[in-house]
Amino acid sequence: MSPLVTLAGVRKSFGGVRALSDATLELYAGSITALIGENGAGKSTLVKILSGVHQPDGGEIRIAGEPVRMPRPDAARRLGIGVVHQECLVFDNLSVAENLFVNAWPASRGAVDWRSLRARAETLLRELDADFPVDVPASRLSIAQKHVVQIARALADDSRVLILDEPTASLSQRECVELFRIVRKLRDAGRALLFISHKFEEIYELADRYAVFRDGVSVSAGLLSEVRSDELIRLMVGRPVAQLFPKLETQIGEELLRVDGLGRSGEFEDVSLTLRRGEILGIYGLVGAGRTELARTLFGLQRADAGTMRLSAAAGAGCALVPEDRQTEGAVLPFSIAANIALPNLAALAPRGWCRSALETGLAREWMDRLAIRASGPEQAVHDLSGGNQQKVVIAKWLARKPAILILDEPTKGIDVGAKAAVHRVTSEFARAGNGVIMISSDLPEILGMSDRMLVMRRGRVRGEFSRSEATSEKLLKAASDA
Amino acid sequence: MTLVKLMRWESMLGLVLVAEVVLFSSLSPYFLNVDTLSDASFNFTERALIALPLALLIIAGEIDISVAAIIALASVTMGLGAAHGVGTPGLLGLGLATGLLAGCVNGALVTVGRVPSIVATIGTMTLFRGAAYAILGNRVLKEYPGSFAVFGQGYLAGPVSIELALFAVFALAFGLFLHRTRWGRAIYAIGANPVASRFAGLDVNRYKFALFALTGLFAGLAAVLLTSRLGSTRPSIAQGWELEVIGIVILGGVSVWGGKGTIMGVVLAALVFGLVTFGLGLMNIPGIVMSIFTGALLILVVAVPAWLQRR
Amino acid sequence: MKGLRDLSDAARRDLVLGGLTLAVFLAVTVAFPGFAAPRSLAGLLDDTAILILLALGQMLVILARGIDLSVAANLALCGMLAALVDRAFPGLGVAVAIGIASVAGAVLGAINGLLVWKLRLPPIVVTLGTLSIYGGVIYPLSGGAWVNENEMSPAFVAFTRAGFLGLSTLSWFAIVAAIAFVLGLRYLRVARALYAAGGNPEAAACSGIDPGRMQFLAYLACGAIAGLCGYLWVAKFAVAYTDIALGFELQVIAACLIGGVAIAGGSGTALGVVIGCLFIGIIRNSLPLVGISAFWQMFINGVVIIAAVLLSARNRAHVRTILESRAA
Repeated sequence: MSPLVTLAGVRKSFGGVRALSDATLELYAGSITALIGENGAGKSTLVKILSGVHQPDGGEIRIAGEPVRMPRPDAARRLGIGVVHQECLVFDNLSVAENLFVNAWPASRGAVDWRSLRARAETLLRELDADFPVDVPASRLSIAQKHVVQIARALADDSRVLILDEPTASLSQRECVELFRIVRKLRDAGRALLFISHKFEEIYELADRYAVFRDGVSVSAGLLSEVRSDELIRLMVGRPVAQLFPKLETQIGEELLRVDGLGRSGEFEDVSLTLRRGEILGIYGLVGAGRTELARTLFGLQRADAGTMRLSAAAGAGCALVPEDRQTEGAVLPFSIAANIALPNLAALAPRGWCRSALETGLAREWMDRLAIRASGPEQAVHDLSGGNQQKVVIAKWLARKPAILILDEPTKGIDVGAKAAVHRVTSEFARAGNGVIMISSDLPEILGMSDRMLVMRRGRVRGEFSRSEATSEKLLKAASDA
Repeated sequence: MTLVKLMRWESMLGLVLVAEVVLFSSLSPYFLNVDTLSDASFNFTERALIALPLALLIIAGEIDISVAAIIALASVTMGLGAAHGVGTPGLLGLGLATGLLAGCVNGALVTVGRVPSIVATIGTMTLFRGAAYAILGNRVLKEYPGSFAVFGQGYLAGPVSIELALFAVFALAFGLFLHRTRWGRAIYAIGANPVASRFAGLDVNRYKFALFALTGLFAGLAAVLLTSRLGSTRPSIAQGWELEVIGIVILGGVSVWGGKGTIMGVVLAALVFGLVTFGLGLMNIPGIVMSIFTGALLILVVAVPAWLQRR
Repeated sequence: MKGLRDLSDAARRDLVLGGLTLAVFLAVTVAFPGFAAPRSLAGLLDDTAILILLALGQMLVILARGIDLSVAANLALCGMLAALVDRAFPGLGVAVAIGIASVAGAVLGAINGLLVWKLRLPPIVVTLGTLSIYGGVIYPLSGGAWVNENEMSPAFVAFTRAGFLGLSTLSWFAIVAAIAFVLGLRYLRVARALYAAGGNPEAAACSGIDPGRMQFLAYLACGAIAGLCGYLWVAKFAVAYTDIALGFELQVIAACLIGGVAIAGGSGTALGVVIGCLFIGIIRNSLPLVGISAFWQMFINGVVIIAAVLLSARNRAHVRTILESRAA
């Protein structure tokens, strides 16, 4: 059987950072292919190329043997490629029925034919055995139901190819079962499906083929029946030996932070943890496990509903958070490096209110040296820097405040290897100086290589705790993914 | 980079200002005269005084369309106070307090009520102006004590009016505050990226509330000056000023997207605006024609950089 | 039978506003039976017609995530243009006057739309600027002079006042426009695309709808309506001068906000806007009867706008759910 969709040697870079360097992928009609890879392996870039959001720098895409180009998202739609996005792209202000037919409204004599639209929507939803009415506005649906709406929209377009981008990340067990039933039905109807998930149990339950990506390259593909899950994990995390984590030996000291039974409605519950001087506490989990929400609560951006957290007197200088999204939460991009580093330190730099730019540039220079930030000078705007250097600026602005506890949320997401190593080195040095670090990451080698202790979160709860000596990738993945 | 660009913007405004002076002095022999210029200053000082805090508010990513309505409301309370025999210091306090209170209402709607500032202030603008009409109807209040005239008609020294002196002092104060203190830095950061500012530990809502209150307070001050200068209060007082004040701020190079702008630019824009009004007046060109000029300038100011960026 | 809960948010809002408006109307009528007399109602509609037309146009722009502050200036300029053309060529007839005013309005609207679409300028700044420009151009156009009734051709003035079934032509314009908008917004594909683009521009782009182009079309339509209203206004009051309709844009926007159009775009109904305008009209017409000075009108509008926007801000909370137990 020849594949319906073929990608060969597809490349894509963003501002010098390679997201995909050699992507090869085949999708077959009547088959579900699981796309497997760590965060940053290039999965989401691949999805965006297949849905016409990004243009590849090179390589070839063929559908049914014909080379195709998709300069805009609607071109992909017209070629029969439907996407169920992780962040739901539905129109909250429109009814469920209309959502399925946006820009393809059935019409008679120029007027939208609501009766036919409604009837067709009902047929489509019935085909999917969906249990919600077509007349309600989409804003009233749950996330799972919105996924179903996106699938139904793809069906309305008569898509031959359906991409499901981590559709289960924020679904409950029951909703997943429902979704899988629908997906199987589509497979049996002869459609080619690409299913992206971190959860091996799901992958084995649903898919029949697999493709593993690592660092923007496809490393393996084939039939799932011929490969075991530990082999997949090895393919997924296997790294070139050259990558080192400069973990420094530290003296674990007195307790800095104690959290008991912390909870926040709808986000996480019953989280207890301690953090000691010199310690790096890794928190592993999948996207949507509640880690980021926990970090924000620990930092004080939002209040907990339940439980207590206590900073010990030793943690006098408090807590700092390097957030997950450096572009929107971490840095003020149009500002200079000096202004960014000064921002959380304004009270210290200007105790009586008056700013002195010499102090600011001095502070910036000091931290640019210590973190090896590559820039033309402290006055360079942060949005002109590479991702890695931007992240270093965000870390610098907090370290300059001399906190006792540093919370890092996905500190090396999407940055190159060199910057990654620098971030790891700084983190290690900070811990060795007698401070505590909480490092949230979906990057297994990073968690395993850097942490003294690891917690695994799933669906808002801590599901496992491992010491450095007992932790393995398999154990962490298993605890994180219902397996 | 941004600094260089901004400096270029301000030097451009400076050039426009020089061109205006040259043009008007060649067209009218009365233009380059200390007394004439002193008179001219009344054309913009009140509006420019509101433009100062409004610039901070717009830099912080919000907007206040209700400033002119606040002037009307404050003027009405002063007029009523005067009718009940309140003295000049009391009237000053009444005007400022009304402005401050109105500003706090705006701030509360935006920060506590989480209403987008443009909608919130369209609402309060209708409310405040409506209150002025409701209270006053078609009456005119003009029983102000004689000493009240000092704010809007008095001179500090020689040709320097009290209004002009106030503007000079506050322009300097706002410039120092915005460009030299850490609170000013925080305002820029909040406008450029409110989320990152919150993550950096700034209490974004508190800043925004304070800036709305400050803008209200200065609208109250402008109400004192304008009422004192006119010597009377009608509910239609300062009608349409919101657009002129916002125009001055944007002409001064403050970005409506927030995060950019200088007090120097705003001051220059106020001077450009005031001189054009006055110069056209000297040449007997009505004010409405001048609005073509301000409107076009307003659009050019945002369109030219956007157009260049597209290339 | 549908319960209130099953209705869409928009329908429920229209229902509440409609009920409130009806309650005010009934209350006034009980106290002053004359208020519901056919003649009084016809007057009310005639009085509110231009507001209804302008608010329907403005609604399109707000649906597309824009705002048009220049409608009143557009109206004044096009009204003056129509009056001047009529003065110069009295024999041209009403159709030509309407055509000139509408086309001129559409051009002015298109300027707004192009600046917003092609240069991605903030709508508030663009229309603030064109508000000044359009308003300013009237002066050189007219030489600052008034065009009075005796300079206008009789047909020009008589058209809006002529009656049909007891209602003025002006009222019929509003009625036809209201019906056209209610039907058009539901049945025209371009209108549905407008809702989609305003509700979620990113998702609209993925579906092949250009949100900028939808903004342009909205400004174009809003401008054409404003131009038409220019003629209607000048003919109704039988005078054209520089300052007509000064500040009227805010009443128009107020009517939209009261009518439940969300400033964030994508949400609002023509029916709601019409009811919002009628609400304003009823208040305005009943104030003198109740013995409250007409000067309270604006204040009441302000209270209603703030109540409306505060309520809609309350409904905007989104909570992301992670926990299994609560999500199920």
